[in-house]
Amino acid sequence: MGLSSSVCLDLRRIGSVGEAIRDATVTFKRNDALIEADRNRENGRWTYRELRSEAERFAALVQSHGFVPGDRCAILMQNQAKWPISALGAFWAGATLVPLDYKLTVPEQHALLAHAKPRVLVTEYSRWLDLQREGGPALERMLVLVTEAPENAQLGRALRWESTASGEFRYVARTREDIACIVYSSGTSGTPKGCMLTHDNYLEQAEVLGRLYPIEEQDRYFSVLPTNHAIDFMCGFIVPLLLGAAVVHQRTLRPQYLRASMKKYGITHIALVPTILKNLEERIREKLDELPDWQRRIVDGLTKVNEWVTAREPKHNVSRMLLKPIHDEFGGKLRFIFAGGAFIDPNTARFFYDLGFPVVIGYGLTEASTVATVNDLEPFRPDTVGKPVPGVEIEIRDANEHGVGEVWIRGRTVMKGYLDAPELTREALVDGWLRTGDLGLLDAAGHLKLVGRAKNMIVTEGGKNIYPEDIESNFENLPDCEEYCVFAADFIWPTGKLTGEQLVIVVRPESDEPSEALVLELRKRNRRLPDFKRLAGYVVQTEEFPATASLKIKRNALAERLRTMDRARAIVPLAE
Amino acid sequence: MSGSLDRLIQLAAKRYGVEAAGLRSEDDVFEKLGIDSFQAVELMSELELEFDVEIPDYELQGVRTFGQLAATIDKRR
Repeated sequence: MGLSSSVCLDLRRIGSVGEAIRDATVTFKRNDALIEADRNRENGRWTYRELRSEAERFAALVQSHGFVPGDRCAILMQNQAKWPISALGAFWAGATLVPLDYKLTVPEQHALLAHAKPRVLVTEYSRWLDLQREGGPALERMLVLVTEAPENAQLGRALRWESTASGEFRYVARTREDIACIVYSSGTSGTPKGCMLTHDNYLEQAEVLGRLYPIEEQDRYFSVLPTNHAIDFMCGFIVPLLLGAAVVHQRTLRPQYLRASMKKYGITHIALVPTILKNLEERIREKLDELPDWQRRIVDGLTKVNEWVTAREPKHNVSRMLLKPIHDEFGGKLRFIFAGGAFIDPNTARFFYDLGFPVVIGYGLTEASTVATVNDLEPFRPDTVGKPVPGVEIEIRDANEHGVGEVWIRGRTVMKGYLDAPELTREALVDGWLRTGDLGLLDAAGHLKLVGRAKNMIVTEGGKNIYPEDIESNFENLPDCEEYCVFAADFIWPTGKLTGEQLVIVVRPESDEPSEALVLELRKRNRRLPDFKRLAGYVVQTEEFPATASLKIKRNALAERLRTMDRARAIVPLAE
Repeated sequence: MSGSLDRLIQLAAKRYGVEAAGLRSEDDVFEKLGIDSFQAVELMSELELEFDVEIPDYELQGVRTFGQLAATIDKRR
């Protein structure tokens, strides 16, 4: 199958994401739209016709409680069928959707709810209990719809998600310029960055992706990444539901059930973050290592043959035939693995490609819908993040003699701005261009290579943006410490790589050496942080930090001073 | 010490080759066993078998210590 054949998605006359999927619920009414599994059980299956009536019921329910067009509807749930049903119903009621990250802590979720001020919140029963326990003024003003509440549960002010609406459903049309979603890209303790993305942003992106990587009616997308994340929202909600394919959810992320579901449902498309991909690679390598020598050689030989036949573009049938036992592990039907959200080790991408699983590497930011560049697999290039997708321009600004500079993006997929944060918006959007804060270069073939970050930040392998400033509040009032500052180690000492990024805290102790109490306290506070926010170590500075007149630390000047130190010697590890 | 905490510590210690006597209720599971989140998921599957319970992923969110893990298991038994 060629990559640019088959379905041609034309959304030019469509005004909104809701309208586009509403059309699909008619066109594909008999197809399966959603399948939800929980371990080995199947919780439910919804055809497009059923999806339509469930989403209409949801819309009528919120409308009967006074929801009006432009109101916000937050969804704070793990991946499950009720996620897209609620999202679609909300769109049809004219909502701006606020997909929230269920992996954040409860106080962080409260902070984002207070910032987004949604009229409706959809959440799971257990999470509702947690949200109530820690209170929060924002909750008072919301209609809360709770899924999966036990029969006799006391819901407080909340209503059951499954409730019947008291009024009729009224479809509300939206226009391309209306805000479809507010998606938080980071900033849980600093100023939240709520990216305002329009229907035009999403439809433009969906049309391009639908053409580059067609998904067909009989295809099945496995929604494993959180749906609130830009990648799954696009690849695991909008695109498959526009094209009549099915989205499969598995309520647990235990690997054995994920593998079982891939087989059972014949998964064809999946999106993963590098950390999961790396883990899969290790598992496959372990399995290969267990094989007797002669079998191992056969696999190596077949991999080489596959590498040769797929050198110009992927040939799914050939790969599946050659490397059947390995493909069977993944259900035997997998055609594409989309990988993004963070930097992918080229060796991992190459490993999967040679085994016949095309890994589509992309680069994007929530601020630019989903992806700005993707690898078109013609030919496969694991060393870059691909070429700009049609409609997106990339420029390298302030390039040095090697052509490396900050990546700027322009196109119809770029957000309107950050919600209620004009200053952050002005920093990010300049003359219609989005400043990414990533450093890169464009090679002769027009592929973008990323080499580092211009900003003091890191992206974890799990795809989370971490700003050191957001972590500093966890280290207030340290004992025997004059001042401190948190940095991305690569910002101080650039490595030219985007893997293994670390955070470090720079401390100025009261005496020349940090006291035992200070180190103990650093360890203690560090342990309390979620693992992806933990510091790798501390750096001791005995001189006063450079500061502005208003006593704000000059980060760049401090980083410059630290740069003269030897990285390996400067960082004292904090792990015990 | 609750019965499940004890059993949980024994099982985890055996699985990852650490000394059970050195593990306490308030200890961080990840740190003490030196495991990553994928190994933690495997450990959960074993614990589910051992205790004959099913623990939904969302109930494990925020669980860090052996004590919290035992409490989560007990809630489902």
